[in-house]
Amino acid sequence: MELSKEKLIELYEKMVLIRTFEMKAEEKFYNNEIPGFIHLYIGEEAIASGIIDHLNKDDLITSTHRGHGHMLAKGADPKLMMAELYGKKSGYCKGKGGSMHIMNFDLGVLGANGEVAAGLPIAAGAGMAIKMIKKTDQVVVAFFGDGASNRGAFHEALNWASIYQLPIIFVVEYNNYASTVNSEYATSVKNIADRAKGYNIKGVTVDGNDLLAVHETAGEIVKAVREGSGPVLLECKTYRLKGHFVGDPMNYRDDAEVEEKWKNEPIGRFEKYLKDNDYLDDEKKNEIWSKYTKIIEDSVEFARNDDFPAAEEALEDLFADDAGYDY
Amino acid sequence: MAKVEMTFSGAICRAIEEEMEKNPNIFTYGEDIAQQGGIFGQYKGLIGKYDDRVIDTPISEEVIFGSAVGAALAGTRPIVEFHFADFLFTGMSSITNQIMKIRYMSGGQRDLPIILRGPDGRSNNAAAQHSQSLETIFMHVPGIKVLIPSTPADVYGLYKTALNQPDPVIVFEHKQMYGKKGFVDEEEYSIPFGKADIKREGSDITVVTTSRMVHESLKAAEELEKEGISLEIIDLRTLIPWDRETVINSVKKTGRLLTVHETWKRAGWGAEIASVVQEEAFDYLDDPIYRVGAKNVPNSFSPEQENFIMPDKDNVVEEVKKFLL
Repeated sequence: MELSKEKLIELYEKMVLIRTFEMKAEEKFYNNEIPGFIHLYIGEEAIASGIIDHLNKDDLITSTHRGHGHMLAKGADPKLMMAELYGKKSGYCKGKGGSMHIMNFDLGVLGANGEVAAGLPIAAGAGMAIKMIKKTDQVVVAFFGDGASNRGAFHEALNWASIYQLPIIFVVEYNNYASTVNSEYATSVKNIADRAKGYNIKGVTVDGNDLLAVHETAGEIVKAVREGSGPVLLECKTYRLKGHFVGDPMNYRDDAEVEEKWKNEPIGRFEKYLKDNDYLDDEKKNEIWSKYTKIIEDSVEFARNDDFPAAEEALEDLFADDAGYDY
Repeated sequence: MAKVEMTFSGAICRAIEEEMEKNPNIFTYGEDIAQQGGIFGQYKGLIGKYDDRVIDTPISEEVIFGSAVGAALAGTRPIVEFHFADFLFTGMSSITNQIMKIRYMSGGQRDLPIILRGPDGRSNNAAAQHSQSLETIFMHVPGIKVLIPSTPADVYGLYKTALNQPDPVIVFEHKQMYGKKGFVDEEEYSIPFGKADIKREGSDITVVTTSRMVHESLKAAEELEKEGISLEIIDLRTLIPWDRETVINSVKKTGRLLTVHETWKRAGWGAEIASVVQEEAFDYLDDPIYRVGAKNVPNSFSPEQENFIMPDKDNVVEEVKKFLL
């Protein structure tokens, strides 16, 4: 399907939003402003941007520890996200979740998750509720990495979604490394989409660094799933350009490998397409990057100026009706 | 008030059915529940009325438990069967890392009205992987309310509360309890969490217990009464939260505390009760606090060994003799 110029630029901007957020988060982590661990989505932006563009506000997603991109693509406010990364009280989770567990149910983000593959059972439950009880036309997208596809939860969830024909798109972001271990070494199949056969569902592999390919493929799949096709496993081949976490010494791969992969990163590729087709020039490009750099810098200022939650507020939010239960 | 006699499992079905009628978002799923009516028949009373909301699932515990989070966040109220308490371990991370943490980690964005339920405890000669009582673990890890009732009337009232409150709940239903009969009010009622029930009043020793051991303790009380020893039997009914006030008031009256549970004695929940009581009512205690629990080994298959490992009335009587009355 032909995309309008406006749509193309909107998708480009979405990727730039994610990239600028991640670059700033990396910088502020190294500055010791952001505590804990952060896992960057740099190099994988086309997947969240291309797929989530097809979702409605009330569609649901589950995300991963590498989840900033999914949240932003689903409409998160970078200010409230950055505040969460800083552990501040205005953060999406009031500072209780942090980068790895950021979530916002009003946006339909059922959670980044500190446990690999944990989003798949959650997606299965949401799919069940939608199809069997609520009977709406919502769809669920479960994002996860290639490492997750070696966990039991992946296999249980695909079988489960298949037998009940649930409205779920399982999106595996094949980024070549499961933490520090090479994915080909750790995985029995070259293409994880092949595993769909074992569960009698459709499996599709797409170049995850090609925004237009992801967007087109996802558009067809989301439409079909919404109309009742049953679940689909969509594999997006990408590459994790940064370490597993910020600060990862990356002893397991050569700099040359990473350098080579930068040539294939999704924003540069899409930019070339836009320029070749006269949708974008340097002036417009600079304008977009300046705009998002400013938005992200403002979000850092917001996070810095925000207060930390009071220590004793740590005793809230466990249960709805009585925060205490201290015995 | 008019009462009707029903079994423990019948009382659960009645509570769920009444609430399903009022709330179309309640549904229940798990292994062997729809066609079979539960591996101990505990869903039989539900069959026929809301069949589209009673769903058999594959043996996939990570999803059975983890899915509850997604179902709750998508606006429903799932009741999830765990089949045997022992198999909670097969999907444990979905419970302890997901169900029990999502509300907190999200900063309390949404309620998470999930009920996990299923059979626990000793049956007869089911051996180590089908006999465990695991309530203490869920009392230790924060994030779920723990129900462990002992009578049809109590389980009915607690379910009525569970199905109308906003947080994750786990219900341990003792296998030997399902067929037990008792009288339940004909009219609907609910029992709040954290309210213990004094099943028998007494003056010499406070016995704090739950589930099957309530009945064993009551038998012990009858036997000891003949020797002039008076036990006060407190059925906690819920462990998170637990009724500190009722326990402490009783200890202030009797001056003695015995905790009784079927789960292992070592680091069992009785130790937590004992600890709180000595903090709060040390000056009222006339004797050390004693504990009854299973011996600290897995349950053996062989009948004699199982009887030796698992506590019953005789262990309660024996332990009571330690008190210098």
